[in-house]
Amino acid sequence: MSASQQQDVLDIEVNNLVTHYGDRLVLNDINFSVKKGEIMVIMGGSGSGKSTLLRYFLGLNTPTSGNIRLLGKDITSMNAEEMHDMRKNMGVSFQGGALFGSMTVAENIQLPLCEHTKLDESTMRIMTGMKLEVVNLAGFEDLMPSQLSGGMIKRAALARAIIMDPKLLFFDEPSAGLDPVVSAELDELILRLRDAMNMTIVVVTHELDSAFKIADRITVLDRGEILMCGTVDEVRNSKIERIHNLLNRKPRTDTVNVDEYLKRLTGQDV
Amino acid sequence: MKAFVTRVGQKTTEAIAELGYVFMLFIESIAWLFLGVYRKQPVRIRHVFHETVKIGVNAVPIAIILCFSVGMMLAIQGLETLKPYGAQSQVITGIALSVTREFSALIVAILVAGRSGSAITARLGTMQESQEIDALRVIGIHPVRYLAVPIMVALLITLPSLTIIGDLIGMLGGAAYTSYELNITIGTYMQRSFDVLDVFDVMQGVLKSVVFAIIIMLVAVSNGFQVHGGAEGVGKATTRSVVLSISFVVIADMIFTYFLAR
Repeated sequence: MSASQQQDVLDIEVNNLVTHYGDRLVLNDINFSVKKGEIMVIMGGSGSGKSTLLRYFLGLNTPTSGNIRLLGKDITSMNAEEMHDMRKNMGVSFQGGALFGSMTVAENIQLPLCEHTKLDESTMRIMTGMKLEVVNLAGFEDLMPSQLSGGMIKRAALARAIIMDPKLLFFDEPSAGLDPVVSAELDELILRLRDAMNMTIVVVTHELDSAFKIADRITVLDRGEILMCGTVDEVRNSKIERIHNLLNRKPRTDTVNVDEYLKRLTGQDV
Repeated sequence: MKAFVTRVGQKTTEAIAELGYVFMLFIESIAWLFLGVYRKQPVRIRHVFHETVKIGVNAVPIAIILCFSVGMMLAIQGLETLKPYGAQSQVITGIALSVTREFSALIVAILVAGRSGSAITARLGTMQESQEIDALRVIGIHPVRYLAVPIMVALLITLPSLTIIGDLIGMLGGAAYTSYELNITIGTYMQRSFDVLDVFDVMQGVLKSVVFAIIIMLVAVSNGFQVHGGAEGVGKATTRSVVLSISFVVIADMIFTYFLAR
């Protein structure tokens, strides 16, 4: 496959995705796609629905309508067995790391190998060591997650996410709660992973610096809708007010509808 | 009035939904236990052993103390009650039957519900809150297969075993007091106990303990999996889990006794 052909392969496609939490509409008519080997950053303020969107990519929730195609297959209509196979191609690093507290770092990282492969223990140990080298955590195999710092937990979680050499890597808030240096190191790591392993990477974040540094394209979500999807420069130069506010840390200046405001307060029509 | 009816309606819907959830959890657990191998996701024997030690083996000392105390308490009460009728020797039969049929299984179940039921809910709840259960799912590990089934199997092994240990220790507790009061040896006391006991008496307790094991597992695991609301949510779920499992165990015991002992 030539480089240009490879660029055109869509690893992730979302069509008309609508989701609800109870009766509340959370995501409304989301359409977006990520090309093979691309780093897509999903950006948005708190409550914009970006972490929710990630949960749908991971097949953790079922949407109200619409479909999500990963590697060309619709995960919303898959049976359990097909989804199980699909998961071997997905790696996820959660916001808080989500390392298993009762296992050592090495056991955490090996878990996907233990469950999906029949490799012998020494091979698994070598593979774990290799991934720990990639994330600069060599020598920390036998520590418990509670003994690690915030940055180390994120890196260990990343090592677990890439142990199966997945084609798709999802990253929830890589920089949240980390100091700028560690956060920058993690950004570098994400870029290196894409270059070395040609992974398709989706990063959910609200850190602007980090987003601009790593993204090939950025999707901006706001109140459950996509405001725009474009390259870093396109987003930077966007004239849309809400994106402008997000980039310049301006508070929202929505005009208050007096009737609706009173209705919310009193619960009655006025 | 409208608010009251709405509230009752909501609570009823919630209760039915939870009942459905617990029923599905039970069906899924049984399915994973037997069919996991065919879906290339077997239940790991290592996890079962791990849980068995935590839930059962580590509970043996406290189970012994409790059952011994209950046996002795029954002896004291029995002897005092029967003294006016001069029928003190009947206390041996009374203790043997009540311990094997009733008390051993009940005390052990309450102990395990309080000791392990709460720990299971807290553990699963914390995992839920820190996204560890989501992490399991995205790795392709079904949480019921990986977390719930080993607990179920461990409880099904340990509760009947602890109940049988409790039977012996309970009678020993009775013997310790009675032999002193009635001037008989512990050996004679135990011999008389075994003489009056039928296999069915012991089986009653064991059968109950199997049901109690399922109750404790379903209550603890379902409460753990459904935790929301951070650390406070975990605390609430843990309390709820202990109260519910002990209540259900006692109610189930009463129903069983009605059918088995008459």
